[in-house]
Amino acid sequence: MITSALEGKRIGVTGATGFLGTALVERLLRVVPGCEVVVVVRAGRRTPAAQRVKREILRNDCFDRLRQQWGTGFDAEMDRRLKTVAGDVSTEGLGLDDEDRALFRSCDIVVHSAASVSFDSPLDAAVEVNLLGGSRVAEVLGDDRAPGDPVPYLVAVSTAYVAGTRRGESPEALLPDTPFAIDLDWQAEVHAARQARSDAEAESRRPERLTLFAKAARSELGAAGAPLLADKLEKLRTEWVRERMVQAGKSRAHSLGWPDAYAYTKALGERALLANRGDVPVSFVRPSIIESALAEPKPGWIRGFRMAEPVIISYGRGLLKQFPGIPEGVVDVIPVDMVVAAIIAVAARGPLPEGPDVVQVASGQRNPLRYRRLVKLVQTWFEEHPLYDTDGQPIVVPEWSFPGRGRVQRQLQRATTALSTAEKVITTLPIRGKKAQLSSRIEEKRELAERALGYVELYGAYAETEAVFKIDRLLALFGSLDDADKATFAFDPIAIDWAYFVQEVHLPSIVAQARVRTTPGKRKTASRSDRGRKAVLSPDRHIAAFDLENTLIASNVVESYSWLATRHLPADERVRFVLRTLREAPTLLALDRRDRGDFLRHFYRRYEGASRQQVGDDAWNMFSDLILRKAFPAGIRRVREHRALGHRTLLITGALDFAIEPLRPLFDDIVCAKLGTDSDGRLTGELLTGPPTGEARALVMARYAEAEGLSLTESVAYADSASDLPMLEAVGHPVAVNPEAKLATIARKRGWHVEQWSKAPGAPRPLLPIGPLLHVPRGRSRVNNHRNPVAISSKGGETG
Amino acid sequence: MPRPGFVLDVDRSTPPTLFWHGEQFRTERLPTGSRIIYPPEPLAALEDIDGAIRHALLNPLGDSQPLPSLLTSGMKLTICFDDISLPLPPMQRPDIRQRVIEAVLDMAADAGVDDVVLIAALALHRRMTEPELRHALGDRVYDSFAPSGRLTQLDAEDPEQMLHLGTTDQGEDVEISKRAATSDLIVYVNINLVAMDGGHKSVATGLASYRSLKHHHNVRTLQHSRSLMDQKRSELHTSNWRMGRHIAAQGIKIFQIETTMNTNTFPDQFSFLMKREWEWTARDRMSYMAVSRSLDRTPSRLRTTIFQGIKSPHQMTSVQAGEVEAVHEVTTANVHRQQLVEVEGQTDILTMGLPYICPYNVNSVMNPILVACLGLGYFFNLYRNKPLVREGGVLIMHHPTPRAFHPVHHPSYIDFFDQVLAQTTDPLEIEAKFETSFATDPWYIHLYRTSHAYHGVHPFYMWYWCAHALQHLGMVIIVGGDPKSVRRLGFKPASTLSDALEMASDVVGPSPTLTHLHAPPLLIADVK
Repeated sequence: MITSALEGKRIGVTGATGFLGTALVERLLRVVPGCEVVVVVRAGRRTPAAQRVKREILRNDCFDRLRQQWGTGFDAEMDRRLKTVAGDVSTEGLGLDDEDRALFRSCDIVVHSAASVSFDSPLDAAVEVNLLGGSRVAEVLGDDRAPGDPVPYLVAVSTAYVAGTRRGESPEALLPDTPFAIDLDWQAEVHAARQARSDAEAESRRPERLTLFAKAARSELGAAGAPLLADKLEKLRTEWVRERMVQAGKSRAHSLGWPDAYAYTKALGERALLANRGDVPVSFVRPSIIESALAEPKPGWIRGFRMAEPVIISYGRGLLKQFPGIPEGVVDVIPVDMVVAAIIAVAARGPLPEGPDVVQVASGQRNPLRYRRLVKLVQTWFEEHPLYDTDGQPIVVPEWSFPGRGRVQRQLQRATTALSTAEKVITTLPIRGKKAQLSSRIEEKRELAERALGYVELYGAYAETEAVFKIDRLLALFGSLDDADKATFAFDPIAIDWAYFVQEVHLPSIVAQARVRTTPGKRKTASRSDRGRKAVLSPDRHIAAFDLENTLIASNVVESYSWLATRHLPADERVRFVLRTLREAPTLLALDRRDRGDFLRHFYRRYEGASRQQVGDDAWNMFSDLILRKAFPAGIRRVREHRALGHRTLLITGALDFAIEPLRPLFDDIVCAKLGTDSDGRLTGELLTGPPTGEARALVMARYAEAEGLSLTESVAYADSASDLPMLEAVGHPVAVNPEAKLATIARKRGWHVEQWSKAPGAPRPLLPIGPLLHVPRGRSRVNNHRNPVAISSKGGETG
Repeated sequence: MPRPGFVLDVDRSTPPTLFWHGEQFRTERLPTGSRIIYPPEPLAALEDIDGAIRHALLNPLGDSQPLPSLLTSGMKLTICFDDISLPLPPMQRPDIRQRVIEAVLDMAADAGVDDVVLIAALALHRRMTEPELRHALGDRVYDSFAPSGRLTQLDAEDPEQMLHLGTTDQGEDVEISKRAATSDLIVYVNINLVAMDGGHKSVATGLASYRSLKHHHNVRTLQHSRSLMDQKRSELHTSNWRMGRHIAAQGIKIFQIETTMNTNTFPDQFSFLMKREWEWTARDRMSYMAVSRSLDRTPSRLRTTIFQGIKSPHQMTSVQAGEVEAVHEVTTANVHRQQLVEVEGQTDILTMGLPYICPYNVNSVMNPILVACLGLGYFFNLYRNKPLVREGGVLIMHHPTPRAFHPVHHPSYIDFFDQVLAQTTDPLEIEAKFETSFATDPWYIHLYRTSHAYHGVHPFYMWYWCAHALQHLGMVIIVGGDPKSVRRLGFKPASTLSDALEMASDVVGPSPTLTHLHAPPLLIADVK
């Protein structure tokens, strides 16, 4: 009897927060009433290990059955039988303190199921956990044992794929005894992986690299200001290093014949454990692809999104048009409860006297599921239970034609390249508002294509496996059980009815988990933008800060200047002025994109020599003739709505004080640029203080909020471009108004509220931003009449 | 001798009828048995206009001295004049106001009056622009008054500029321009395009503040103004008359000058607009086709520019000056002489084509609220005795009614349309719930005072102007209007006249009587 063999035993489990580990802990506690379980759990950054056990293990629906069974006694029973030690298999000695170490060492049996199962984890991370983890556990268990002191029995969970991708049979034998198994010096591999990490870190810090990262950060965020760009740069660098380590893992694994870094590090881990086990008796259990539970604790139970799930959901959503694979190839899938049962059976059996042994848990030999059949089962199920798109329409799943992996990869690669080119083009175009949202849609498409490509690259090998994992020893073990155990611990794969498992158990479960739409019809709840608007206009908000250009008015400082400068010019000179301004436009635009502050400083020099009084008076005419005509009525209304709600309204703009003076009644406070004046009342063309652009805006807002005793997290900011990011990020409720492509993408990713405001429909649209011709009384020459209020000297034509 | 107005009975030989459709035209074949009311032909203009003006100033009506004897050196003289809302369309230069004011200024100069100020009587209308003022007053007047700050426009939101003169016996506040009220003489220069204009309304409304205007610009008063064009049956005018008499009782002297216009409304290229369809010559038909087709193909902004560029050739038919009430009585008779058409009995359905212009969109944009006001506020009220359409009848108007607004001139209209009309179209509810907040909104007041915006409360007045019609009618249909805008106004959209007639039959039964108001040119239906 398995249960009696384990009665009164203390069983240690690593990786208990994982898919397999959770199921194992639950099964042991439920089925073996007399056992005690000790879980080794890594403390989170903020949560202690015991907390993680409660949150991540006990609250999982895996324990629903036990909770029901034990009722109010659940917590007490758990306290008594489930012990937690804080430890981490990726650190030496598992990072245990003395007390925990003693408890862990007092176990009778330890199941090591901790692993970095992600197929795209960085090489060094996989090495630390998968390769060295087993050895570290054995070391802790076996060290400094007095003679006669019983040493715990270690059951190490590995993977059937340690034998590598190859055709033919794969026996249940230790790797050194397996023909064609690659013999590698695991220590050299560990050293190389660690070296690769430090090389990548060093490489990522080279000036040339950093320049590239800086450029990428800039092209993504635009002129967002130094702190944000620095932050972005560091993220890009870390991401780059990670990506490089993932690549290193992949290529090293592929070069040696493993499908991925996971199988590669696990294989070396087996060898390392054999070498480092000392006196610890060891058995290896090698499952194939573990999927949802067939029956225990309940049909369809699954934890996390694993390998096949994203692929299947992508298929159901019609996103994955093709997936490579060999139609007659075997997809070796095994339900998690069978793996758990097999592990418990191995644990109960105890170590073999002749030394370490291997038990494989796989379905391919006894009850093969062919890839063609799997696809058919999935397809028919989705045809009967379609997913629905955002419009509530059913999605028709594509027909797969089992093309080769290379072809699918090439197709996806081409699609990805085309989409990212389109995305780049759109981002550089001067478009905003609804049109700019096209770019975020393209980006979404590109991400989907990239993800599909990722799946194909990662999992393609598993649909192409032609190896057959032998399970003779597993079947022998099963045969040795009595009938009661056979019923309780059913791990003979012949019991799986694939049609039932795929269509009745697995698919319903993962579709429910994926939170996809499974019912037709439009959503009834308030639209996202309604909810966003409501949040922004809540009475609880403190400050509503607004950018000006393209947020409240479709105009800019160049237009204002142009209007003011032409106001007193005769017709022929106006034409020349306009032509000159048009010629300069690209240079100005480029400068503006590079750095808004520099641009303003440079541009405002043109006001040098203009009469402050005159431009101040003219600005009032400009207010009616240009600013209000180009204003967004909905935007102006929003400012006033905020005011009516008692929020402080704040305008932050790089425009000049006299140009926006007429807007003053709209706001409680205005932060803007100011030019100096000389003793004759003429403008110097030099800014008195740095213009409020980029990160300066965040500082201004922080200072403002502090001085007024208001909270920025309870504040709203409206802006239109990525260069306003510091302002948007400073508040709790950012709103992107008519965002240009970069900001549209950022807003979509972060779930920011977006407003599309437009000029008044039917408003007159002057072609050029020039002041109306002033009346010139008959008989007086125009040239005599005009004074040049804004000094358009030759200086005006220069651009730096 | 110009022919009088005329009611045509439509029979099978009647050619299709011209309908105004905003900045476009449509022709409709009206059902047999319908009536079409045509305006009288334009009266001849005065031959010696300047002479007539001088004559009027020297020979005042009622209890008034000739103007020169009212002018003395050292006195304080204020000349007020009607703003951009009159006349419609703006007239070709020289404007009547220029001619009259130049004559007044000549006399003031002769008398050695130095303290002269001109005030554009805006009430809550938008400030005029420099070109508009130059057009109305001429460059000579503008250049001699504007630079020294003696050409002003009423700012009814500047407490310094306004003077409260107490209340009428009905408790109505009278608050008008302080400069005018404290002058030794106010000369008010009117252009009386329709019978509604002038009289005591000139000063009591044109120079007044919101505080004063709200006593007659409200739903109750306008529901009891039947019609606005009939001073004796208009509560709006009764209130203004009370205020006018109150002002006079304070010893404020007003020398009223009123002028009337003929209906020679459109320049030569649009002459077909002034003719009856069956009298169109081949040339009229050609020019109609050319104009109509090319307008249909013109982008709407350019169309607006073309139409707003029209300067009307209409001209003065009479000028009278002196004491307000005596002057106004003659003026009204003169307006009637040009515009009155006798109509026998009411109709079930009234159709009208709305033109591109109303008093509040000169050099601007005709927004949906102004469309409603032009149809229900002005054209519906072009009657004496009884409305043209019976109570519970249907009004069918032609206009594209786009959701278009002038952001500078009509900012509060945009919010009124988006926020107020989205909730209710009932004038009483609108007045009770929203008027105060719009009227006292600091941003609208700022725009009214410093930019060229109508006052925040102005769209409400437009809606109140419709109140009588809304109360009287069973249904309002706009043919060819943007459905969303039309529904927002609370009206029914129809794409063709026959659809509209079909819809109307639900209200007025299967064989209704139909009358078409063929205007502009303007007319007043005297319904027996």
